Amino acid sequence: MSDISIKITDRNGTLHKIQAPTDMAMNIMEIVRSYELAEEGTIGVCGGMAMCASCQCYVNSNHKLPEMSPDEDLMLAEAFHVKDNSRLGCQIHINEALDGLEIELAPES
Amino acid sequence: MIKTDILIIGAGPTGLFTVFEAGLLKLKCHLIDALPQPGGQCSEIYPKKPIYDIPAYPEILAGDLTTKLLEQIASFQPGFTLGERAETIEKLEDNTFIVTTNKGTKHHAPVVAIAGGLGSFEPRKPPIPNITNFEDTGVEYIIRDPEMYRNKKVVIAGGGDSALDWAIFLTDVATEVSLVHRRNEFRGALDSVDKVQELKDAGKINMITPAEVTGILGDKKVTGVSITKNGEEKITLEVDHFIPLFGLSPKLGPIANWGLDIEKNAIKVNNALDYQTNIPGIYAIGDVNTYPGKLKLILCGFHEATLMCQSAYKRIHPNKKYVMKYTTVGGVEGFDGSKKEAPKAVIKKIE
Repeated sequence: MSDISIKITDRNGTLHKIQAPTDMAMNIMEIVRSYELAEEGTIGVCGGMAMCASCQCYVNSNHKLPEMSPDEDLMLAEAFHVKDNSRLGCQIHINEALDGLEIELAPES
Repeated sequence: MIKTDILIIGAGPTGLFTVFEAGLLKLKCHLIDALPQPGGQCSEIYPKKPIYDIPAYPEILAGDLTTKLLEQIASFQPGFTLGERAETIEKLEDNTFIVTTNKGTKHHAPVVAIAGGLGSFEPRKPPIPNITNFEDTGVEYIIRDPEMYRNKKVVIAGGGDSALDWAIFLTDVATEVSLVHRRNEFRGALDSVDKVQELKDAGKINMITPAEVTGILGDKKVTGVSITKNGEEKITLEVDHFIPLFGLSPKLGPIANWGLDIEKNAIKVNNALDYQTNIPGIYAIGDVNTYPGKLKLILCGFHEATLMCQSAYKRIHPNKKYVMKYTTVGGVEGFDGSKKEAPKAVIKKIE
């Protein structure tokens, strides 16, 4: 098990190249919080249950991501600033196949 | 004026459990919460989700945890100001506090415990540039008085339970009800979805899906909305009211202006002692506070509430002696006259 590299553009447009562990069952939302790339209280509000859309992000690389669950799909249907490449960060689990992933955090809403 | 010993801001699990610990010390509590029901996030966001780290409950639904806490504190007769947000705080000369809500309800207490979680739940507003111009003149994020829609044309946007339930309810009140959602599927309870289908088939709800309200028309008040359907020309719908129902999100809100030390959207407290803030007499417990090593867990909130109550007791009764008593020994004496205690041992001689 090794770390993977991820590029995350925060809500101010700053690019962060960070290392994410693959062995701690973490997801993108948690990685963002662990590096404090978004203000505490503005991301992961529901804790990661796909029930609030505060961790919405845009996926800008061509990685094959897990299929969207109906919960995630319908939560995004009620979120704002949604684009075709929108996902909920809490539903993307870190694994080795995601090495080099590039994402951008959606605006706070 | 509502008077109490400990005024608790936030009726989530931490705030509710505070009532119990305070009750053991014979201190009365009153709770304020912006939501219309107690339970905080547990009842508002995830009542049907299981929690696995409440000691002695291998698994409990968040909604059931709220119910159990209310049962546990019932004999201490807590007061509630629900559906109102704590807006201002005033410290009086005798070091007591008056907290006033957005509706003007005043509360007076010697101790204030902020158990506000991530803040008070505010409606999520869709990013339509001129939407704030129409608040109170045709745009409502929360339905407070359904009668205001009588004989009016309304459009509701959203895909959850509240959008479905209000669409159903308003068919009997409004002349025209339209429901706009970005999907054909809805997240709400199955019977609500079925009911909306029935009303749509009967021509009573005008369903516009998959689509989005992208503009608001009108001069001084709402006269219509523009709706964008996937890949089609914008359409205009004449309406008197636009009701966006996209759920609630927590915001720290007015508490941020109370002169408390705030760090990372949370209130700094003294965790070495009693979870008091920089203002003596105001405590912050549960998810709303921060200190080195803070974990936002319900079980940590329970612990913080317990220590806070001991400190509150000393503040309210500075000269009274007291040592903590186990409930197994002292039982639980409610303010309603009830008493729970361990059954007396039966002594019987062996012949």
